[in-house]
Amino acid sequence: MIAKNWWKILAYLALLCICTVGFLVKVPVLQGRLQESVRNTFFHVPMWFGMMIFYVVSVVYSIKYLRSPKTSHDYNALEFARVGTVYCILGLITGAVWATYQWGDASIWKSDPKLIGAAISLLIYLAYFVLRGSIVDADNRAKIGAVYNIFAFAMLFPTIWILPRMSESLHPGGQGANGNPGLNPNDSAAVITLFLWLGVLGWTLTGVWITNLRVRLHLIIEKRTNNG
Amino acid sequence: MHWQVYFCANMPKPTNRIITLIKKDFLLEVRQQYTFYGILLYLASTIFIVYLSMGKPEATVWNSLFWIVQLFVCVNAVAKSFLQESRGRMLYFYSVAGAGDFILSKLIFNVALMLIMSLMSLLVFVVLLDNPITHFWAFAGTSILGGMGLSLVFTFLSAIAAKAQQQAALMAIMGFPIIIPQLLLLGKISNTAFSPVIQGGIWQMVALLVGLDVMIVVLSLILFPFLWKD
Repeated sequence: MIAKNWWKILAYLALLCICTVGFLVKVPVLQGRLQESVRNTFFHVPMWFGMMIFYVVSVVYSIKYLRSPKTSHDYNALEFARVGTVYCILGLITGAVWATYQWGDASIWKSDPKLIGAAISLLIYLAYFVLRGSIVDADNRAKIGAVYNIFAFAMLFPTIWILPRMSESLHPGGQGANGNPGLNPNDSAAVITLFLWLGVLGWTLTGVWITNLRVRLHLIIEKRTNNG
Repeated sequence: MHWQVYFCANMPKPTNRIITLIKKDFLLEVRQQYTFYGILLYLASTIFIVYLSMGKPEATVWNSLFWIVQLFVCVNAVAKSFLQESRGRMLYFYSVAGAGDFILSKLIFNVALMLIMSLMSLLVFVVLLDNPITHFWAFAGTSILGGMGLSLVFTFLSAIAAKAQQQAALMAIMGFPIIIPQLLLLGKISNTAFSPVIQGGIWQMVALLVGLDVMIVVLSLILFPFLWKD
């Protein structure tokens, strides 16, 4: 059992660590600027790592489906996109709460170029679900969904990697700021880097776990309906 | 004039096939002129409404209004490209032409159509909303480039939407988020046409835009065959 499920235990332990030690561990105080809100790094940043990983995996399954049309590939593509979208929403919320106090921006939607990328990816994947919903025939749905998924992904990723770097923003990784949108490796304390990566590991594995369960549910339902 | 004849002789070269398919789209356009004039009228009345509500706006507003109008004109001009083909006719094309020829001919035709529309809306904008542009030809070039990108994206999306049932609404839902980055880039590039000095870094953005266009064409060629066979 351990040999098969070690990664689920790892996910649990990583998140347990983040949610307890992550709140207690001593973090650097930058002249009182970030204060304790720097701990958001353990939650907000892993969401975007997770989202990107899930969207990439979703596209890989879409390509796999077009190469050999198996329903399990389609379920995987759909569910990874779903979990990615949930992570996107969570990333937006954690970012918005943080920015309310750090940027002093009281509006719900913060005006920053980084958020455009997040909004676009959210809209694209919601459109993917609407597209799937509008097609009745299962084979057609899987095929057209896969085509749109690949096309949208190819249009989305250059824009969220290139465009935000070309404009100035308060968010890390804009023009004139050091590092990349995720983190600045030269300007982070070791403890933050460590917990950030632990968070990425834990949250990503949890997402994979959720996907795994949902795909299995799909397959069981399919089996039941096929058997009458 | 009978374009079917081209197919009956032993299969011509790919370039000939594409030219024939474009000719066919062109002929359809000439015979059903109401669609072409319909889009022109749509364009003119949209800009007229903009004029009525905005008067003669300043440069940045002018610029953003121009691109929003372009977006809506493109959705309307290109949306029909796959929707007008009936199921039976698609089956016929399937037997006489390859998927690559078909999508390429559609892309080229729609780029040409959007070229006319871009220049027309630029003209109507200048007539109704004045001309705040300092570098007119730079702006005209950007609008041609932008029209090209818009029509490429929406042509492929129209192919997807034609396969799903609720086409018209889906085009907007699928297309708008995908097109936002391009519109942002276009807005930035064309903004420089209003200032007296052309700013640096503009060629980088133009290259990015052209790169996106190339990617759309390549992706359409790769992905369309999957939509094509039923």
